[in-house]
Amino acid sequence: MANAGVKGVVLGLALGLGVAGAAAADVESKDPIKLTLHDWTGQLITTKMMGEVLKKAGYNVEYVQADYIAQFAGLKTGDLHVAMEIWETTGRDAMDEATATGRVENLGETGMMAIEEWWYPTYMKERCPGLPNWEALNDCAEEFATPETDPNGRYLGGPVTWGGFDDERAEALELDFEVVHAGTDAALFAELESAYQRQAPILLWVYAPHWAPIKYEGEWIEFPEYTADCYNDPEWGVNPDMAYDCGKPRGPIWKVSWSGVKDKWPGAHSAIKAFRVSNDEMGAMVAAVDLDGEDLDAVVADWMANNEDTWKGWIGQ
Amino acid sequence: MSRLDQLGLSRNAMLWLLLFVVTFVLAQVSKDLAKEMDARWLMKVPRDLRIPMRGDISDFMSWLVESASFGLFTFTELTRSISWLIEQPYDFVRALVIEGFVRGQGNEAVQVLPSLSWLAVAFVVAAMGHYAGSWRLAIFVGLCFLYLAVFGQWDSAMITLSSILIAVPFGVGGGLLLGIAGYRWPWFDRLMTPVLDLMQTVPIFAYLVPILFLFGFGPVSALIATVIYAMPPMVRVTTLALHNVPSEIREFGKMVGCTRRQMTWRVLVPSALPSLMVGVNQVIMLSLNMVIIASMIGAGGLGYDVLTSLRRLDIGAGLEAGVAIVVLAIALDRLSQAFANRPPPEHSERQLNAMQRHPWLVTCLAVILGTGLVGLLLPAVQQYPAGAEITTGAFWENLVRWINVNFFDQLEASKTFMLVNFMVPVKRFLLGLPWPWVLVLITFAGWQLGGFRLALLCCALTLFILVNGLWAKAMVTVYLCGVSVIIACIIGIPIGVLAAENDRANRIVQAFIDTLQTLPSFVYLIPVVMLFRVGDFSAMIAIILYALAPAVRYAAHGIRSIDPQLIEAGIVSGCTRRQLLMRIKLPLALPEIMLGINQTIMLALSMLVITALVGTRDLGQEVYIALTKADTGRGIVAGVSVACIAIIADRLIAAAAQRKKRRLGLA
Repeated sequence: MANAGVKGVVLGLALGLGVAGAAAADVESKDPIKLTLHDWTGQLITTKMMGEVLKKAGYNVEYVQADYIAQFAGLKTGDLHVAMEIWETTGRDAMDEATATGRVENLGETGMMAIEEWWYPTYMKERCPGLPNWEALNDCAEEFATPETDPNGRYLGGPVTWGGFDDERAEALELDFEVVHAGTDAALFAELESAYQRQAPILLWVYAPHWAPIKYEGEWIEFPEYTADCYNDPEWGVNPDMAYDCGKPRGPIWKVSWSGVKDKWPGAHSAIKAFRVSNDEMGAMVAAVDLDGEDLDAVVADWMANNEDTWKGWIGQ
Repeated sequence: MSRLDQLGLSRNAMLWLLLFVVTFVLAQVSKDLAKEMDARWLMKVPRDLRIPMRGDISDFMSWLVESASFGLFTFTELTRSISWLIEQPYDFVRALVIEGFVRGQGNEAVQVLPSLSWLAVAFVVAAMGHYAGSWRLAIFVGLCFLYLAVFGQWDSAMITLSSILIAVPFGVGGGLLLGIAGYRWPWFDRLMTPVLDLMQTVPIFAYLVPILFLFGFGPVSALIATVIYAMPPMVRVTTLALHNVPSEIREFGKMVGCTRRQMTWRVLVPSALPSLMVGVNQVIMLSLNMVIIASMIGAGGLGYDVLTSLRRLDIGAGLEAGVAIVVLAIALDRLSQAFANRPPPEHSERQLNAMQRHPWLVTCLAVILGTGLVGLLLPAVQQYPAGAEITTGAFWENLVRWINVNFFDQLEASKTFMLVNFMVPVKRFLLGLPWPWVLVLITFAGWQLGGFRLALLCCALTLFILVNGLWAKAMVTVYLCGVSVIIACIIGIPIGVLAAENDRANRIVQAFIDTLQTLPSFVYLIPVVMLFRVGDFSAMIAIILYALAPAVRYAAHGIRSIDPQLIEAGIVSGCTRRQLLMRIKLPLALPEIMLGINQTIMLALSMLVITALVGTRDLGQEVYIALTKADTGRGIVAGVSVACIAIIADRLIAAAAQRKKRRLGLA
């Protein structure tokens, strides 16, 4: 009995060492590279993909849970090393502030484009036939009204911290809508789920890549297309006196790292720079995890198996 | 005798009535009046009066992080070495209960020794239950831990448990030392009191960013934030308990010639032990309250599971993880209470061997070794088999959906009624008040209730909010907390009275409010949003649910602690049950009930930051925005403003309760 136990320990040790031996390619440093994990599925997938690829290259990888914005404190000091998803739309300010210090480096685009816009479920088209054109919104503002906002429609915006200039947009486009801010995206999608269950009217801020536009059928409102002029120059667009009379910018999702990564793990640095994934690929994986309930690590492993050429290119094999 | 006295109104009450009427009129007219007189400064604090401090605080912070130095080493190096020190025991405990001991880092790590098996952990806890209490307690805590395993929460629960196991000793030890210092030197006590007030009332989000800067990213920062939040009750309890040690014991200590050190550690602390355990219990409960917030900065565990499940709108999974926190809290609470009430050990004359002296220790070691070895062959012994886990997630999801689909219109109607008839008028009233009048009113209230010093304190704290330009947000805060506290009291006090009168009701009520207090509010916030939409109403419901507990507890306690002779006197003079309650019990319990209201306000304020997550526009939102932008100064100023409101409310109500007590002849 005890003998069997000892054997087990020895066996376990041997197995462990064996695995470690197989992965030991030549890399610059064996210290673990710390990748940050946040609290939305897409980011977890992106990070695990990168992490698994780095492991294949022989690097030592550690995943650390961190807050999306607060992580910059750790990236600056080198407590954390790589953050795989900084959205142009929500993280730009914090990222610029961090890169300006010279201690955080922008490693370029992930290949995914962030879409953020006013969104409605498809069943609203019956009640408001002019959609998705934004000019139809005023015709059916009352359809979107709640007792608190009546006779104006109600638009549920993102948390105040996301920016997005929705108050200004409603004013500039003279929309009869009241902008209500949700505090977190959990609250945002809780309202969507609730309305969708009842097939009730709702107009809200949705973003992609995310599981919501996959789970719920719906469309983005088509505003006049964004240009830089629209935000800076009041003269531009339908309202000659106000800026923001257009839709939201669509922007890339960036990768950033602690600036020491380049010197300590040059190979990993170039692999992270080379990382690319498309919105569609990511959307499918997010849906597999969040909607079909598949295990996240298994989904990432599937991707690794099916896209060997892609990731081998990143690590120069 | 004047006519007023005949009417039964004291001069004092008349004064307050008059003030209220003036305030009410001012709230209605001053906005228009200010426009009319072109005196916008009455409604909006003029820019010249503002002395914003947030920039200075941020600058100070970056100086501290980047350039502060003690010559040999920098300030950051000092704080980093502190976090290294804390990290060592934490890593050890974590390895012990869940991760196993490993060599090497990251994915190269090799397991040297497995962690304790789930059976061993559950057994050790149950053994502690028997040691401290009874077989019943042992079975109870054993079942609690079994629940964690069966519902698939084991791994996360062990991570949470290991942070608690580290945070609690630090909180208790630190609190004990500070408390003893406060007992020895009265000046230190006076110095600590405002600091403790701040520690308890400044929202954690406000100082999270500086802690991250100083102590680095990860579980250690979360631990430090937890300790800061959970320690104050321990300090207070320690000082109080030491003061309450009977003087006979102290004199006895002097007689046998104790040195100061012996006096403290051999005489005072042991005899104050039962009271001190109350503090330990508080530290445990508050640490568990922090689980969610700690998980936001990298502590992981159950809090992280709650957050991620709810972001996926997986209500069932979020609830299960939340309930796991409650179960863990209840198990630890019962255990620590049993340790507090344990009778002193009996000394036996017989010579015993190690096995006989420590039966539980030996058995536990045997179980740990045994399950560890068997676990190498049978994985189910080491780790609860995933196939045997059960989940009730779908049930909860369907329940919320069913309510949503069938009752939404009724809910919406009652919500609109509340908003139109109660919440909106209160908000208008508060936002319509000119700030100079509010300042005068608060100062005057302080003077009336507590004299010159209280007036000065109230005035200074109000000015702090004013000069930092947070007036409107502070008023929204007062409105949101005010309406929630009023409703919490309307619901809570009658429940408390019922619980005091009826033992059976008492047990049910106790279990209910214990659950409400330890269940992370995020768990019920999302269903509330689904049913009531984003807005003040949802925030109010969340605050009420969280802040209900003290209103119930203090009301029950107040009624139960009335001198039975007074009640008998009432019965003898022929009171009906109703008269007994209305004329004797309630008036006598009033000071206690007021303290309950006071605590309700404190809890309501501490929920502000959480309700910011459903889109309020108050100081809580300001703190939350500062956190997401990593703006130290902004967060601290808003956080201290919340503390200012809390302290003003606390001092005024405490002074009023004191007066009431004196008048009833209880003090």
